[in-house]
Parts: sequence; structure tokens; C-alpha cells
Amino acid sequence: MATTAAPLNYLNNGYGAASWLLTRDHKRIALLYLYSITAFFFLGGFFALLIRLELLTPAADMVAPDMYNRLFTMHGVVMVFFFLIPSIPAVLGNFLIPIMVGAKDLAFPRINLLSWYIYVLGGLFTIVAAISGGVDTGWTFYAPYSTSASNSHVILAGVGIFITGFSSILTGLNFIVTVHRMRAPGLTWFRLPLFVWAHYATSLIMILGTPVIAITVLLVAVERGLHLGIFDPALGGDPILFQHLFWFYSHPAVYIMILPAMGVVSELVQAFARKNIFGYSFVAFSSLAIAVIGFLVWGHHLFVAGQSTYAGLVFSLISFFVAIPSAVKVFNWTATLYKGSVSWDSPMLYAFGFIGLFTIGGLTGLFLATLGMDIHMHDTYFIIAHFHYVMVGGAIFGYLGGLHYWWPKITGRMYPEGWAKFAALNIFVGFNLTFFPQFIVGYLGMPRRYAMYAPEFQVYNVLSTAGATILGVGYLIPMIYFAWSLKHAPRAGDNPWGARGLEWEIPSPPPTENFTATPIVTEGTHQYAPSREVGIV
Amino acid sequence: MFTNFPFFPQQASEQAATMDALYFFLVAVTAFFTLLIAVLVTVFAIKFRRRHDTEVGEAIHGSLALELLWTFIPLGICMIMFVWGAQVFFHMTRPPKGAMEIYVVGKQWMWKAQHMDGASEINELHVPVGRPVKLTLGSEDVIHSFFIPDFRAKADVIPGRYNTMWFTASKPGRYHIFCTQYCGTKHSAMIGTVTALEPAAYQAWLGGGAAGGTMAEAGAKLFADLSCNTCHMDTNQGRGPVLKGIYGKQALLASGQSVTVDDAYIRESILNPQAKIVAGFQPIMPTFQGLVTEEQILQLIAYLKSLNGSTATATTGTGTPEVK
Ligand code: HEM
Ligand SMILES: [Cu+2]
Repeated sequence: MATTAAPLNYLNNGYGAASWLLTRDHKRIALLYLYSITAFFFLGGFFALLIRLELLTPAADMVAPDMYNRLFTMHGVVMVFFFLIPSIPAVLGNFLIPIMVGAKDLAFPRINLLSWYIYVLGGLFTIVAAISGGVDTGWTFYAPYSTSASNSHVILAGVGIFITGFSSILTGLNFIVTVHRMRAPGLTWFRLPLFVWAHYATSLIMILGTPVIAITVLLVAVERGLHLGIFDPALGGDPILFQHLFWFYSHPAVYIMILPAMGVVSELVQAFARKNIFGYSFVAFSSLAIAVIGFLVWGHHLFVAGQSTYAGLVFSLISFFVAIPSAVKVFNWTATLYKGSVSWDSPMLYAFGFIGLFTIGGLTGLFLATLGMDIHMHDTYFIIAHFHYVMVGGAIFGYLGGLHYWWPKITGRMYPEGWAKFAALNIFVGFNLTFFPQFIVGYLGMPRRYAMYAPEFQVYNVLSTAGATILGVGYLIPMIYFAWSLKHAPRAGDNPWGARGLEWEIPSPPPTENFTATPIVTEGTHQYAPSREVGIV
Repeated sequence: MFTNFPFFPQQASEQAATMDALYFFLVAVTAFFTLLIAVLVTVFAIKFRRRHDTEVGEAIHGSLALELLWTFIPLGICMIMFVWGAQVFFHMTRPPKGAMEIYVVGKQWMWKAQHMDGASEINELHVPVGRPVKLTLGSEDVIHSFFIPDFRAKADVIPGRYNTMWFTASKPGRYHIFCTQYCGTKHSAMIGTVTALEPAAYQAWLGGGAAGGTMAEAGAKLFADLSCNTCHMDTNQGRGPVLKGIYGKQALLASGQSVTVDDAYIRESILNPQAKIVAGFQPIMPTFQGLVTEEQILQLIAYLKSLNGSTATATTGTGTPEVK
């Protein structure tokens, strides 16, 4: 075992399967999550590839429409519930939050492990549903289609989502208690890294929102299995009620996906500009504002569903309000670069990409929040483009940026920087080529969830498919060099970026107990130079 | 291979230009802020790039003035979008009085349109140019959505209730109808064509189509066939309320409340009669759930409307089109 006298760290502290599967170490659990969400990411990506191939031509010639419907449903379910929602919180959050607050572990290490098992169990249901024929309702499970018309495995997939929800609730609970109770001496709320603030806000949504989706899929199962009229008007139910319940969770859920990425970008911008963030408290509180206001805008998914005009007005107005804190963040990140010492390392390239793409994603959200405009846009490819700009251009860029930034800490190894830059560029180009044409074809009127489409839409679909191919390659490259780096890349040292923050003061990879002595914190993170107050720049 | 590279759908309705103006405004705002951010990030990233390994940035704390600036300017712009969007929405969702009425039923996977004068068509919709057309939309099964991109018009088609939409076609031609709410296997085949015709051509088309009498006549026949008339008589003798002339009026309920007699109320009264009982009557009416199709309900509604006399028939397709 001990070939060299490598210091004991969380990776070499025990090797057997049991030492991983029964671990209570938040860092090992983070890696368990990393493996499982990566598997789901490639599964979801595989479905996406098939979708794009089918859309190369206007006819449904590669797969039959029924198969196509299963592909986009499984793509959505896997990407949303099994990749994006857990991605940053369960991997990077899990690994970093205890370290960032100066603690040895999360508040409830066993519950942390439990939440991974729950996630895996939920994932298994979904995989079984996929293998036994799939689901064809769309990830939105709209009733009465899902309850009365679909003849696919709705209940099985629903159970998968129901179960996984608890994993998210437990993670959120763990984070909140940890941040409240386990901060190191001197680590006041306003010295916390913005990554932690973002996860705190995310956790609030996880705890308050997730029970509602759990109840909603349960009600779908009840109506489907027992024919109790809840949503289907033929049984005396109300289909609009379903949409209200579904979006009451699923709108806030989009912030579960983006807030952690915003937290990552706040760290990246500071670390690679070697400069504390511009307007710390505005960035911190904007996360909370998004979490709170985000609960009040769900009705913007129902503008053309015949909800009352006044409800529409209120939901439209509040949707504009929720965009403001996002805008504030973008301006603050940009301002942070001013008079910084800006490096162009690969994590920072993802941060640049995030800022640009999230700006487009957020601004196109305003089109949809604009009542009259949404009449034309609703359920077209414009929406597909909008949310991929935020979920892929935003959340996944944040995730990849974070993964590159903390990879040396997690594994103790660097990765090949040249390849990493190349991959980042590749992903940026592929992404835009895939999704930008969808704004145009959406405005032309191409509806979403179409296996067949009008011939005049083809040119944009060909561009999209070409982009997706490039994008797919872009995602494979980091997989390869990350795997390669584990054995072959140079050792990273404690602080390869010259960054500030508790995680950079401990060894890479960190020891199991993180800190040998409890750190005492005297200033905020990312203080590279003595702070000064600035009036109008 | 690709001959046309369209960026915008055709403007084939009077509403289209209204929608596009709003769209251009939104695109302009988006382009402006995207460029602003992209340029700032690029300039800063180049101008302040790291010169040597140990260099650090200047520690700037922030600026309240700037924070207020970039909170309230975007907020102001958002409020313009909100008000403008609300105006367009009000315009697009409230059909003008006197609009020509057409009833559309969606079912897996086809659209059936019925014109007041009795013509009906499948996956086709003929409308005159220059005249507001109001569609009342119902569904036989799951949720669909009726979308005519070239008219910038859309509404969900929801089982158990009616939604409406309207437009004024402005250019003769043939345009896509798409179902935009996912509805199962043939969702992407649930498409059709709107044909906008010059008023004279539309009259000619109508003349060629109507074989089985008007919708109201079909409704009158149903009213007798289903024995509605045994309770709903023309005089106060019946066990049910007199239905002549009630359309659009208020009905006083046993609960003390009152409701407007509109399409939705009539539909509910046929399918779920016990939901609202008119004051002075017993809850004895049987449900007709399963006995009448969505289309037949619409015919019954058309019949009840016709009992009001001139006001209702003036909105049917048989009148002379008012050319604007
Ligand atoms: C700047 C703030 C945002 C605004 C104002 C906004 C606005 C909207 C609106 C109004 C819709 C509904 C459109 C319709 O159904 O007709 C929508 C859809 C959507 N948005 Fe956003 N959005 C914002 C940010 C985000 C973020 C951060 C995410 C994800 C990380 C996101 C993901 C989605 C998704 C997934 C949908 C479509 C859901 C579906 O129908 O499947 N949005 N957005
Ligand atoms: Cu939303």
C-alpha cells in the first residue's frame, strides 16, 4: 500500500469498496455523486444526439414518432432531475461547503450518504422505466395526457422522480444546517464565499419546493392508477390545476439549476481576476432575492392556457422582477474584472462563456415574460433555445468551470491546460451553433416536441444538428483528459491558482478531516489586496 | 438545397405587425445589453490581463451608486416591456364585438372546424380577409394548442373548457396551423392549413360547402332528439328554465349568486347540470356526459344563441362580410 510516503488524504485513506460505499466523508460522497451524475449526463446526451439526428430531415425517418416522443421525454427527465438539479450542489457543493466554512464535514454525514443512495434508487427506477419502453409525456407530465392517454411507463418514471426529490431535500437540509451551525470562528455571514451564499439560497428552494413536485407526481400516479378524478376533466378534475402544481416547483427548480452555477462564477471571477467581487452584498442578497421571488412567477408558463388576464398580469410583472437580481449579478461580475489581474486559464474561459451566454438566456426570458410576446413564443423552439442558453450555456458552463477550477484540489493533479482551452472553445462554438438557430426557427413558428416539421425549417435544424455534433465532441474531451490526469498529470500543490479561500490553504487532495486545526477567519475570501471603498468609478 | 433562409414568419394578419414591433424592441434591448456585456468583458479581460505571475488586482469594494444605476435602469426597461406586452396581450385576447365566429374542436390528432352556417372542415380553416374572426376552441381528449404563426395567434385547447382566440387575416394565402401542446404520438402531424380568401371568394367557398344546414339548425334538431324540449319549453310550464333569449343574460342561481349565460356555462349545464341550479328549479336534469360530443355541444350552443334573434346571427358567417 504505502509505496511512497504520500501523506494520508481522503483518497488514499482506505481502498475497499466498503470504504467508499459506507463512507461518511463529504468528499468521497461528492465523488460518488460525480460518477453517477456523469453517467446520467452521457445517457441524457445520448438521447439528445438521437433527437438531433432525427431532426436532420423534416420527415420522421430515422425513428418513428412514438420513439421520438420517448427520446425527448427521457432526455428531459434525465437531464433535469438526474443531472442538472444535483450537479453543482451534490458534487462541488458537497465537496466544498464544509471546507469553505472551515468544518470537518457536513452537519449530518450519514444523511449525506443516505441522500446519495436515495438518488441512486430514484435513478434506477428511471433507468428501468427507460429500458422497459420509456415514457412519452415530456418531462412536464401534463395531464390529462399523462394520466389518461399515455400508454407508457408514467408511474415508474414518476416514482423515480418522487424518490430522487428526497435526496435533494436532504442535501438542502444538510447545507442549511451546516452553514448556520458549523462556521469556523470569525467566519461571519458576510465573510462567507459567494459560492456558499448561492448554495444557501438553492437549499431553501430545494426544501420548500421539492415536496410540491413529489405531491404532484403522486397525484398523477393516483389518477392514473386508481382513476380518481384530480386533473382529467373527464373524471371531474382540472388539468390547469396540474400545471399550477407542476410549475410551482419546476419554475423555482430552474433556479436550483442556475444559482449554484452563479455561485461558481462568482468564485471564478474573483480567483482569476485576483480581486474581491465588486458589490459583495449585492451579489449575495441577489441570490436570496432570486430564491424568494422565484417562487412567485410560476404562472408565466400558463399565459396561453386560459388563466385569467389578471393572474397573467401579476405573473408577468413578478417575472420581470426576478430578472433584476440576475442582471445585478452580471453587472457585478463584469465590474469585478475592472482593474483586476485577469488570467485566461481554462476555468476563466468558462466563466467568460457563462457571463455572455447567461446574459442572452436571461434576456430572452424577458421575451417570454412579456405577455403579448409569449402568445407567439409559447411552446416553440424559441423556448427551447431560451432555456438551453440558461441551463447549458449557464448551468453547465458553471459546472465545467468549477470542475476545472477545483479539479487540482479534488484529485491533487493538474490537467492539460492546452486541451482544456481547446475543449472550452469547442463547447462554446458547438453550443452557439446548436442553439442560436433555434431562436430563429422558433420565431418562424416551429413548435417544440415535433418529430416532423415543415420543410422551410430544415436549414436551421441542419445547423443545430451540426452544432450538436461539435458540442458532443467538446464534452468528450474533458472526460478523456480528466481520466488521464488522475495518473499522469503533474501534481498540483496546495494552491496552483494562487487563489484565496480556505480550500486553498489545505493540502490537495485534502486530508479526511479537512483541517488539522480549526481555522480562524479574519477577513472575507478573495482579499488579494487591502480593500478600499470606491465612489463612482 | 436550401433556397430560402427566412428570418421572420409572414405578416398575414392585422395583429402580426403589432407583435413584430414588440419583438424588434425586445431584440434591440437584447442585442444592446449582450453587446455591452461582451464588449466590457472582452476589453477588461484584455486591458487588465495578468502581466506577471504574482500580480494581484486592485481591491475595489463596490459602489452603491453603480448598484442603484444597474438595478433601476434595467427595471425601467422591464417596465416598458411589461406595459407594452400587456397592451398587446389585451388586444390579442379580447375579440372585438361582431367578430365572425368559428368553432374548432381538437382531438387526437385532428382539427375540426365548424362554421355557423354549417360548413365544417378537417385540418383546414377558411376565413375571409379583412374581417375579425373569433375561434372558440374545445378539446375531446387531452390538451392541444392551436397556433397560426403567420397570424401570431395561439391559444391552448383544453378539455373541459373553452378558450378563445381571434385574428383578422390581412393577406390572401395558405398558412400553417400547428398543434403546439404536446398531445401524443401524432402531435407533429396534428397540423393543418388556414386559407385566407378575399371576401367574395370566401362567399363562394361557403356557398359550395354548406350542405347539412347551419350549426343552429343542427342544434335545434339535437335539442329535439335529445328531448331537451320536454323540460325546456317555450313557456313557463316546463320543469326547466325557458331558454329562449337567455344567451348573454344573467341567470339567478339557487345559491343566490348569478352567472352570465355564456358558452362555458351552457356547456357545464349540459355535462354537469347539478353544478349550478337556477333559482326556482329542482336539480332533476340528467347529465349528457358521454351522450353528446364536443361538436354537438357547440351546435346546441349555436342553437341557443340563435334563439336570441338578430344579435347572435349577425355574428355568423352568413351575413354580408363587412369589408374594412
Ligand atoms: C432572467 C430570468 C428568467 C426569466 C424572466 C425567464 C422567463 C421564462 C418564461 C416566461 C418561460 C415560460 C415560457 C412559456 O412557457 O411560454 C420560461 C421557460 C423556461 N425557462 Fe426561463 N426565465 C428566466 C431564467 C431561467 C433560468 C435561469 C432557467 C434555468 C436554469 C430557465 C429555464 C427555463 C425552462 C426550462 C423553461 C421551459 C420549461 C418548459 O416548458 O419545458 N429560465 N422562462
Ligand atoms: Cu418559469
